[in-house]
Amino acid sequence: MTAHPMPPSPLLQVRDLRTWFDTFGGVVKAVDGASFDVGRGEIVGLVGESGGGKSMVGYSIMRLIDPPGRIAGGRILFDGTDLCGLDERALRKIRGREIAMIFQDPMTALNPLYTIGDQLDEMLRLHTGLSARERRLRCIEMLHEVGIPQPEARLGNYPHQFSGGMRQRVVIAIAMIAGPRLLIADEPTTALDVTIQAQLLRLMKHAVEKRGASLILITHDLAAVSQMADRIVVLYCGRIVERGRARDVIERPRHPYTRGLLDSIPHQGLKRRRLSQIPGTVPDIRKLPPGCAFAPRCPMAAPVCRESAPNLVGGPSGHAVACHFPLEAKAA
Amino acid sequence: MFGYVIKRAFQMVLVLWAVSVLVFVMMSFTGDPTYMMVPLDATEEQIAQARRLLGLDHSHLTQYRLFLKNVLQGDFGRSFVFRQPANSLILERLPATLEIVFLAMAIALVVAIPLGVYAGANPKRAGSHAVMAGSLVGISLPGFWVGMVLIFVFAVKLQLFPSSGRGPTQEVFGIRVSFLTWEGLRHIILPAVTLSIGTLAILMRIIRAEMMEVMRQDFVRFARAKGVGQRGVLFRHGLKNALIPLVTVFGLMLGDLIAFATLTETIFAWPGIGKLLVDSIYRGDRPVIVVYLMFVALMFVVVNFAVDVLYALIDPRIKIR
Amino acid sequence: MSASTLDRFLASELVHNYRRNLPAVIGSLIVLGFAFTVTFGPGLVAQDPYDIAQLELMDSFKPPAWLEGGDPAYWLGTDGQGRDVLASIVYGTRISLFIGLTAMLASCLLGTTLGIVAGFHGGWLDAVIMRIADIQLSFPSVLTALFLMSAFGTGIEKVLIALTSVGWVVYARTVRGSTLREKQREYIQAARVSGLPNWKIILRHILPNVLTPIIVVATIQVGTFVLIEASLSFLGVGVPITKPSLGLLIKNGFDVLFSGLWWISVFPGLVIMLLVFGINLLGDFLRDELNPRLK
Repeated sequence: MTAHPMPPSPLLQVRDLRTWFDTFGGVVKAVDGASFDVGRGEIVGLVGESGGGKSMVGYSIMRLIDPPGRIAGGRILFDGTDLCGLDERALRKIRGREIAMIFQDPMTALNPLYTIGDQLDEMLRLHTGLSARERRLRCIEMLHEVGIPQPEARLGNYPHQFSGGMRQRVVIAIAMIAGPRLLIADEPTTALDVTIQAQLLRLMKHAVEKRGASLILITHDLAAVSQMADRIVVLYCGRIVERGRARDVIERPRHPYTRGLLDSIPHQGLKRRRLSQIPGTVPDIRKLPPGCAFAPRCPMAAPVCRESAPNLVGGPSGHAVACHFPLEAKAA
Repeated sequence: MFGYVIKRAFQMVLVLWAVSVLVFVMMSFTGDPTYMMVPLDATEEQIAQARRLLGLDHSHLTQYRLFLKNVLQGDFGRSFVFRQPANSLILERLPATLEIVFLAMAIALVVAIPLGVYAGANPKRAGSHAVMAGSLVGISLPGFWVGMVLIFVFAVKLQLFPSSGRGPTQEVFGIRVSFLTWEGLRHIILPAVTLSIGTLAILMRIIRAEMMEVMRQDFVRFARAKGVGQRGVLFRHGLKNALIPLVTVFGLMLGDLIAFATLTETIFAWPGIGKLLVDSIYRGDRPVIVVYLMFVALMFVVVNFAVDVLYALIDPRIKIR
Repeated sequence: MSASTLDRFLASELVHNYRRNLPAVIGSLIVLGFAFTVTFGPGLVAQDPYDIAQLELMDSFKPPAWLEGGDPAYWLGTDGQGRDVLASIVYGTRISLFIGLTAMLASCLLGTTLGIVAGFHGGWLDAVIMRIADIQLSFPSVLTALFLMSAFGTGIEKVLIALTSVGWVVYARTVRGSTLREKQREYIQAARVSGLPNWKIILRHILPNVLTPIIVVATIQVGTFVLIEASLSFLGVGVPITKPSLGLLIKNGFDVLFSGLWWISVFPGLVIMLLVFGINLLGDFLRDELNPRLK
């Protein structure tokens, strides 16, 4: 360890988080021992294929895991408070006010029966003591910030009167209006047109940075993360396989899975290069192989990989990897 | 909006006309009411005169034309039994029926909404299973039998409530109602509860199913992520969405209540249009049966129209065309 | 079946669902019980309640056997003619179930045919059938049946006609919808182009596709019909007094209820409830299992 000055304590510290689901086929370990930090004002990308348990990490932090799911172990320290120890009443004060969340599909995230003004206002009614007039001004201001034209007129509109991209802007506005310190965005652009995706990501980044808030961006899109995130956490089958500064992970991936994900991103400029895909599919999380979960798909799996699961081992500058045979750190 | 009203009005007239034809055809095949009108020892001459009086000596088509003409003038004929205009008979007894129908509906809603919301929001809990089992029993019960059991327990054995009749009424805006006095309430409570059972059971099932559907929606999860409390999630975000499909079946439920009121009123000797219908069927009092059907048909079309408008008012996504 | 296959079967989701679905098991047991009762019941009860020679007027209005004054020969007591209530119920259940099942089959046949005709033929025929269905649906079934019975007069075959006239609509609508959907499918278009006669297309391609919803509707309809028939008979416009169904038994008991003779009407009502409850449990299970959308 090099001697650095003590950094301020991170905003969020997830330690050995286990989110399990009790099903008739046994316990499904959707998240199994995940640990990572989110610093103040930091953007962390949580990456993996669908079914990798990354959404469950988000829901766990919000404490929105419903039966048959449960948080079976670990701690989630938010600014020093363990969220796992809070009751529903205390959590309600955290949700929305301290930690906000955005979902994948803007078409279904808004209640169809209330105007968007009402749904924005609900957040302020819940978490602030502002007067009706002040709240209205805040709502207009917030809609303006997320790029909704004529925000005053739009307050009285219903969700179905907006396009998908506009709705996601509204969702972002709702999430940010109470000034949360952490925003969790779960695949926020997946359901949208490619052309709109980049705009919305920039919008989110801007909104978070302006308030000094932190962002957890949950996505399968490593390309998007590489442009936004300060740090990247790669999940596979409920376990963290690689974790580190964004540039390190992108430029010097050490886990074969991360490398596979990177190779399947189309690059501009590199013409005619064949995109490789990771062979096989994500295994059934109920029947994980005994060793490394990625071994069946890994091009360099050795017998030891099928027997024992590798631990996450830290390297220089916090770049950690869970692999028996990590890739050599070489320039890409 | 205006075009829509015109269109609906036209549809209503069409339905009513169809009902009038059906009613008339059915009635023409149900034998000759003349014999109910004349004494047993009537002469041929008297019978023929009675037939002329009733207009039965004309052809069916002429009879229908006469019938339609009279109906359009608001004349549905005179009751064979009561010797007074059939429509005034119906109107006289209508408030009594509407009273138990609305009270039954209110009981059903007040009980079914909280239970249905609870069961739909916690489908795995034992209480939810109990609600479901209870509602299935409610659906499987013959309503008239429930009324009998209630009479036996509460009127015959415990003597808490009277077993039949309407009790004293008071006039409110020209309509006689009985729920304003204690004695009136004592009379109405058993019939209203009896009538409500079936609707209550169905309502619980519908609300539970809709709540389960709604609670799975993203916006409910989003509301929880916003920090909305349990009650706000269930009622503000959940129930309102769950109620929309309910509005569409409201007309059907009202229809069922009016239909089953015939049985309830018969058991409790409640002087409404349902008992009047059953009595008229026994007595072969054709004009009353005809007015009853026409009237109920009219009521259903109007209610369905109102339901459509209500639907559009509740759900901003629906535009009336 | 080898041990491992058996193990796998026992661990399968089907068995899991079945075990968890206690209501389905209860429902099937109730329905099986009734099937047994209506088949063998008349041989098991001591009395044929409609054979006047077997009735003892001396034994009239006996309370159930466990009450004071009860006669062990008549478990559930007797009515005013000395008829054994249990025997009346067994015979009445036969009539009620016969009417429910027959009317269901008739409705199913009529409704399915009309639905296929409407969906397949389209045009004016479709319009006419569906308008009739719409008008019919705007009227509660009980009211329509009551009205028809008031025109027909009492009689089992008349009850069947009345029930069928209100019961066909639900099949017609369901089947028409499925037919329209299936008609669009490419394989049916291909079959039509290849000159397969319509009835063969219907039999081979359309019917199998509408079978699932029909089974669910049919199951629940038997229960509904039993209830409607009971209501009609209770009002005195259903079955004739010589063939009393459960509903008519209740009506007969109602007249003496105020004298405290509750058993004559209460037991038939309980039996109706149990029967319809069992059918509904089964219907719910079938609907959930056969509807892939809910899974």
